[in-house]
Order: sequence, then C-alpha cells, then structure tokens
Amino acid sequence: MIELTELTKTYGSSTVLDGVSLRIERGGVTSIIGPNGAGKSTMLTIIGRLLASDGGRVTVDGMDVDRAPGREFAKRLSILRQENQFTTRLTVRDLVRFGRYPHSQGRLTAEDHAQVEAALGFLDLVPLAGRFLDELSGGQRQRAYVAMVLCQDTDYVLLDEPLNNLDMKHAVSMMRQIRRAADSLGKTVVVVIHDINFASAYSDRIIAMREGRVAYSGTPAEIMTSEVLLDVFDLEVRVEEVGGARIGVYYR
Amino acid sequence: MAATTPATAPGTRQQNRGPGARGYLAAAAAGAAVLALSVVSLFVGASDITPARLVGDPDARELFLLSRVPRTLALLLAGAAMSVAGLIMQMLTQNRFVEPSTAGTVQSASLGILLVTILFPGAPLPVKMTAACVAALLGTLLFLGVLRRVALKSSLIVPLVGIMLGAVISAVTTFFALRYGLLQTLGTWESGDFSGIMRGRYEQLWLVGIMALTAYLVADRLTVAGLGRDIAVSIGLNYRAVVALGVGIVAMVSGVVVSVVGTLPFLGLIVPNLVSMVVGDHVRKGVPWVCLLGGGILVLCDIVSRVIRQPFEIPVGTVLGVVGAAVFLVMLLRRRNVG
Repeated sequence: MIELTELTKTYGSSTVLDGVSLRIERGGVTSIIGPNGAGKSTMLTIIGRLLASDGGRVTVDGMDVDRAPGREFAKRLSILRQENQFTTRLTVRDLVRFGRYPHSQGRLTAEDHAQVEAALGFLDLVPLAGRFLDELSGGQRQRAYVAMVLCQDTDYVLLDEPLNNLDMKHAVSMMRQIRRAADSLGKTVVVVIHDINFASAYSDRIIAMREGRVAYSGTPAEIMTSEVLLDVFDLEVRVEEVGGARIGVYYR
Repeated sequence: MAATTPATAPGTRQQNRGPGARGYLAAAAAGAAVLALSVVSLFVGASDITPARLVGDPDARELFLLSRVPRTLALLLAGAAMSVAGLIMQMLTQNRFVEPSTAGTVQSASLGILLVTILFPGAPLPVKMTAACVAALLGTLLFLGVLRRVALKSSLIVPLVGIMLGAVISAVTTFFALRYGLLQTLGTWESGDFSGIMRGRYEQLWLVGIMALTAYLVADRLTVAGLGRDIAVSIGLNYRAVVALGVGIVAMVSGVVVSVVGTLPFLGLIVPNLVSMVVGDHVRKGVPWVCLLGGGILVLCDIVSRVIRQPFEIPVGTVLGVVGAAVFLVMLLRRRNVG
C-alpha cells in the first residue's frame, strides 16, 4: 500500500500540493486525473522519490520514501516519467537489461536474462530488440522504456503520462499492456493520465485532483459523472455508457 | 514477473549475442591499425633510427628508449584518456557536443597551472599537475552548476554555455599571464605538443591510463547516468555519486594531460561521437573502441606533425584542430539526430 500523509510541495509562492493524504491499495490500475497544474505529476514524482516534498510523508509498504535505501526501494517501486530530449543510443535489449540493475548490479544471471526476454516479449519488442533507441518511433521507444520498468520487477509501477506522443492505436495498445501488467503480473500500476475516457475504461480506481488536493477518489463509476467532472475540470461533460464503459463526451 | 509470465520462446535467448564474429574481426583490425601506427611513430623523427640500427647500435637503442618509446606511449595514453573524458562528459550532461574543452574544464586546468607558476615560480611538475586537476574539478563543477540553473537545455545551448564559460576563464588566464609576463610560457601548455616528451617526463600519464580503466570498471553506472537522473534514481543508483565519480575522472585526466603535454582539442568530441554512431552509447562496449580510436588518431596526427615540415615539428594540437574540425563538420552534416 502507498500511503501519503499531509504531503505538501510549493514552488516559490505557488502551492502545488496542499496537504494531500491518500491511500493507494495494492493491486490493479489506479489513474490520477485532473486539470493542468492540479499536482498530479508532482505527486507521482514525489512518491517515486525523484523529488523531495516540503512536508508530509510517503510510505510504500511501510517503507519511508525519504529514508529507504535506494537499491532496496528500487526493487519495490519503479517510476517512468515523460521521455526527455536526449535519446541514448542503446539497443532496446540493453535498455531493458538495465531494468535488472537493482537486482544484479550489472552482472546478469540466467534468471535476469529470462526476465529481460519475458519483458521484451510482453511488449512485443522481440523483433526490435537489437535496434538502437534513436532508430525507433516515439511509440516504440515508449514501449521499450515501459519494458525496462516492468523488467525491474517491482510490485509498484508508476507511469507519468504514458500515452504522451502516442497515436490512437498505440495509446490503446499501451493501456491494454498496462491492464495486462496489473492482471497477469499482479502489479500495482499508478498512471497519471489526461484522457478521462482511457482512465474510465482501464482503471480500477480513479483519483481526481484539483488545486493541489485530492478532490475525489473512487471507482470509474463513481468518478465518471457529470457532477464530479464539472467540479474537477470546470467543464460540462455528458457521460454515457458505451460498450460497458462510462465515456465522457466533452467535445462540444 | 517470473512466475506469472511464461518464458518467451526458447529460441530468443540466442539473440543475447556478444560482439559476434564481425565485432571481433573489426576489433582485431582496429587493434592492428593502431599497432602499425605506433610502430611508424616509433621510427619517424629527426634522427635516423631504424630497426636494424636498434640491434647493433647502443646509442640508437638508448635514444629510442629515452625519447621514442615514451613519446608513443604518451600519445596513446593521452589520446585514449582525453577521448574517454569526452565520453564521460557526454553521458553526464546528456549532450553530444560537450567535452572537457567545451565545458571550461581544460581552460580551468590551464588557469590552475598559471596561478601556481605565478605564486611558486619553481614549483615541480607534480605540484602544477595537482593545481591543474583541482582547478579542472572546480571549473567542471561550476559548469554543471551553471547548467542546473539554465532552464532551456537544448542540445546547442549546453555546449554554448560551456564554451562561453571557457572563454571567460581563458580571458582571466590571459590577463594574469600578460600581467606577469608569462604569455609565452602559457603557450607551451595551451597547445598540445609531444616534442618535449622523454623518459622521466611522461610517466604521470600512466595516471590517466588508470583513469580510463576506472571508467571502464564503472561503465554501467555511466551508461545509466546517460539515461538521465530520473531513470538512474528509479533503478536505485546513487546518481550524485556517479556524477561525482565521472567529474573526478574528467578533471584528473584533463589536469594531468594539460600539465604534461598541453591542450588536445576535439579528441573528446569526435572520438566518442564516431564510436557512438557504430557501437552505440553502451559505455562498457564503447570504452575499448574510444581508447583505440582516440590513441590511434592522436598517434596519426603526431606523425603528420613530425613529417609535414621536416626537420621541424608543428604542435600536434594544431594538426588535431584541423583534422578535428573537419571530422566534426562532416559529422554535423551527416547526422541529423544529434540529440
């Protein structure tokens, strides 16, 4: 379980996280939604210990994020942020191998190799395994990074806007793979996501944030209502049931 | 994911191939080429030394061991280490245009030597060397500190910041050199030159060889640093420690090379980029190639500098500048994805 207690973060005079307390239970897919500047990515980044908070506490299975030894923590929780500008010329397989680093410190055992191949297979990357990252499309590269994170074999996987730069087809396939990671690999996946309908269709729980606070938290059925979405996004959204998922229509 | 996912088809394992036959062949060819260049380097020069004379003439043998062997060794060591330093800088800054001379490192080393020369005129080489290393370290840290405050880290802004910083430090150096009448002395380490290398005057370069070896030993950590701080921290690496180690190696290499032979521009820029194009950025796979190519290019440039105006020599730094600029231009034009 990930537990946040009175978490605060300020940048200069603006408060990005305003005393967030929250529990994310083990298992399943949890989506964090909310308007720009609501503090979604900041919260995820602090949970993933890439950013220090100004106050409050984050624990993962009782481990304090600030004090946990890096290597031990890296076996329990992994985080992937949006891609940065610089693309290292590593092959896909070499990148995924670095996911085993917390376990092997660079000396891969037969089991590590098996996990690397499993992660490559899981994300359909076997045909691309020998290619350099900078020779791939944005979507393929994103898949390679996700494969690396899965290969780290942590109970918790945090993904910051994994659908960025993906076209429709690849966005759907990424969400399917995230769902599958939760269902068949038993991971607890937390994603920050902009598209409320992807959140609705693929998550077990949705956390809706606004102005640095958790405004709502619940199942997609509970969150995907016109009232809640109006309150969170300040936008009229008609919600309809389409093919078993609640879909918000907000284009006009 | 061990238990829950069935292992992929057994056939996929064989794709974990190592360098492969072609890789070994290429490595052997490159090694042979560098060896051949080194042999040429040993027998080129003002006085006529041939393999035959080495056997029969003790004077020739003495000269050979006193001057020729140290020179070639110094070229190989300095060329390899400066190239590795460039590779490390590129990983740490995630930028392909950064190397010790575009990050203020080399200019700081030069300032360090000058200050020691002014304050303690008779200081022996080890003292100057230490000052150069410390100054190089401070200069590199200053560069990284400035970078952290620069919001826009586009691939061209980063080296521009470094070049500007280097120019400012150089200006300070020139000012003091002018003030204390040391401009000519400054020239001796501003431009790389191996003509003064002989036994007893190059051994410090073994230190930079050790540094290159250290880089190989911590190669995986440097590769991860090249993936960025976020990924490094996520897989449990102590990112700050890796940066400190990398900067330490770069400063030591730059300080020692500048104080023993002078500035060697472009090596740290072109060699890692050429290697990256073929081998990629996996530092453990790249370091041996970077060493071979860096040493080989410097030996070749030194041969050119010795034969082009025989019996005079021109500084190898000058040849390197011309060759390096040309190679760099070709690289820029041919490679669109420069990161």
